[in-house]
Amino acid sequence: MIRTEEMLLNVGPQHPSTHGVFRIVLKIDGEIIKEATPVIGYLHRGTEKIAENLQYTQIIPYTDRMDYLAAMTNNYILCHAVETMMAMEIPERADYLRVIVMELGRIASHLVWFGTYLLDIGAMSPFLYAFREREAIINLLTEISGGRLTFNYMRVGGVKWDAPDGWIDKVREFVPYMREQLAGYHDLVTGNEIFMARIKGVGAYSKEDALSYSLSGANLRCTGVKWDLRKNEPYSIYDRFNFDVPVFHEGDALARYNCRMAEIEEALKIVEQAVEQFPEEGPFMAKVPRIIKPPAGETYVRIESPRGEIGCYIASKGKKEPYRLKFRRPSFYNLQILPKLLEGENISNLIAILGGIDIVLGEVDG
Amino acid sequence: MIQNMLESTPSYLQTGGFFLVGVAMLMVVLGFVTYAILAERKVLGFMQLRHGPNRVGGRFGLLQTVADILKLLLKEDTIPRDADRPLFIIAPVIAFAPAFLVIAVLPLTERISFANIGVGLLYYIAISGITTIGILAGGWASNNKYALLGSMRSAAQMISYEIPLVMSVIGIVLLTGSLNLNDIIAEQQSVAFLFKQPLAFFIFLIASVAELNRTPFDLPEAESELVAGYHVEYSGFRWAFFMLAEYVYLFAMASLTTILFLGGWQAIPYLTFIPGAVWFGLKFISVVFVMIWIRATFPRLRADQLMSFGWKVLLPLALLNIFLTTIVIELFRSF
Repeated sequence: MIRTEEMLLNVGPQHPSTHGVFRIVLKIDGEIIKEATPVIGYLHRGTEKIAENLQYTQIIPYTDRMDYLAAMTNNYILCHAVETMMAMEIPERADYLRVIVMELGRIASHLVWFGTYLLDIGAMSPFLYAFREREAIINLLTEISGGRLTFNYMRVGGVKWDAPDGWIDKVREFVPYMREQLAGYHDLVTGNEIFMARIKGVGAYSKEDALSYSLSGANLRCTGVKWDLRKNEPYSIYDRFNFDVPVFHEGDALARYNCRMAEIEEALKIVEQAVEQFPEEGPFMAKVPRIIKPPAGETYVRIESPRGEIGCYIASKGKKEPYRLKFRRPSFYNLQILPKLLEGENISNLIAILGGIDIVLGEVDG
Repeated sequence: MIQNMLESTPSYLQTGGFFLVGVAMLMVVLGFVTYAILAERKVLGFMQLRHGPNRVGGRFGLLQTVADILKLLLKEDTIPRDADRPLFIIAPVIAFAPAFLVIAVLPLTERISFANIGVGLLYYIAISGITTIGILAGGWASNNKYALLGSMRSAAQMISYEIPLVMSVIGIVLLTGSLNLNDIIAEQQSVAFLFKQPLAFFIFLIASVAELNRTPFDLPEAESELVAGYHVEYSGFRWAFFMLAEYVYLFAMASLTTILFLGGWQAIPYLTFIPGAVWFGLKFISVVFVMIWIRATFPRLRADQLMSFGWKVLLPLALLNIFLTTIVIELFRSF
């Protein structure tokens, strides 16, 4: 009889596949995980507390640094919350610009996920292909906002800069280019036997589990729940676009992969329509008082970020700083199911499962 | 040349001669390793929209690897406090020495082969198995959990894939009736074994990629899971020894594939005016290119999938190949 012993393995916070400073303490028996304890907080910067001493416009750059892969969505959630409190009308042109940059950001975010996930699984090349397309998006966003990752682009009441000349045409040209490249990804990756064997049936959970763990985004839609705030509670001008919400039913890593890849296509559809409907003329900023003072009271708004449902709660006492600010950060909520998924799994699956959840540590730790 | 030296009476001159020939071969192999690493980075760069090394040594980065090796030599030699010191020091050598030993039996052209021994193929397979011990020892001696997991995987993988590797060449041995690599090349005068033994070729190719610990079978050092696997605690030149062993094996394995399946230095019919060394080089380079290509394309298998693939797919196929080969040989003999 061989005597086996459980081993404590510390994965992270410096580990190539935890996508930042995330740590998991594993109890393993051979290569089988008995227990997993996630340890978070290495990137905690206290955004919410800092925000209590800042004016609303000053908070926007801090939101960039939460989900730094889709900073435009974070910009929007804060502006959207303040605008809701102040019942502000947004110029149409600003709304279109916001939707275009948010959807481009969604594509860029999914591309990073696709690339790094494949890198985790062990395939090198798709990472570099995905980053080539992401670079094209980043260039577009740099042109309009001046930043590569931390855009600080949106303002309460509109956007900071108008689209430069010819920018809309560049976006228009990008859409078919991206579709072509996406077909290439499917050729290279989606049909690959090894890739399928690695992710099919891995990290599966049921619809009930997903709902009780409060998952959102592709992590929820992979179990068959058709829930996308852009459709279910249309905000901004999303009700003007014709797009689908991709839903898969298996609840495993493959379903999440398929879901995100399909979402890139849907985001491209939205960008295409937004570019077509883009108003030629008009202001890109509403008439906003110099110092923004939302009326006393509280509000909670939520939108669909690439990672799931991002929410913003603001309690105001009618001052120029919020009394209390709270973000519902989807990565943090999505990460909760990890210990449950990891139990009894192989260490190699750890990476496939963790990567499949698509977390951004800046968002998990706030 | 070597044969004459072997048969001559022992003398200082003869010993010195052997030594020089050995050193010359070492230089050839090290030269290959230097440029194989560069070639790998360049080809990967080409496939991944990058330039690859282009700073040191002109725009093709011809001195990049040399610079890398110099850097590794200059690095501090660290040994973890809790490591098993003697084992930690000797493990890279155990991993590396067999890689050079196996090259002795590879006939590179019709004249250059260092040891024309009767059981050349068996010798290759037997000696290359020793490397596993080096890797296992390195992982164990590091006293690191990742290294232990990596070396555990490595041992399992090397053993599982050595069997289909050996089984796949039995067909060739049956057809040739010899384990001598020169005989095997001579047998491929008219048709390369690639066409007579296509199944064996694919099994051999897959198993050799696994033996080399390269993608999609790079689990022992799976970067995204085990950080660096068995050599996670190694640095400087000790680490370089593991890497050298890996690339020397790439050289040896690609040579062996060329010899066993592509006819070694034999020319393609009607093109016999081109010297054997060139043919060997061409075939060898295409095998190396395929290995790099595979690395750029595939994701990594999971440890349990790797095992079941080796035992449940490759091994039965290799046995089937032996079975078919014997039947065909018997049929030919009776008619």
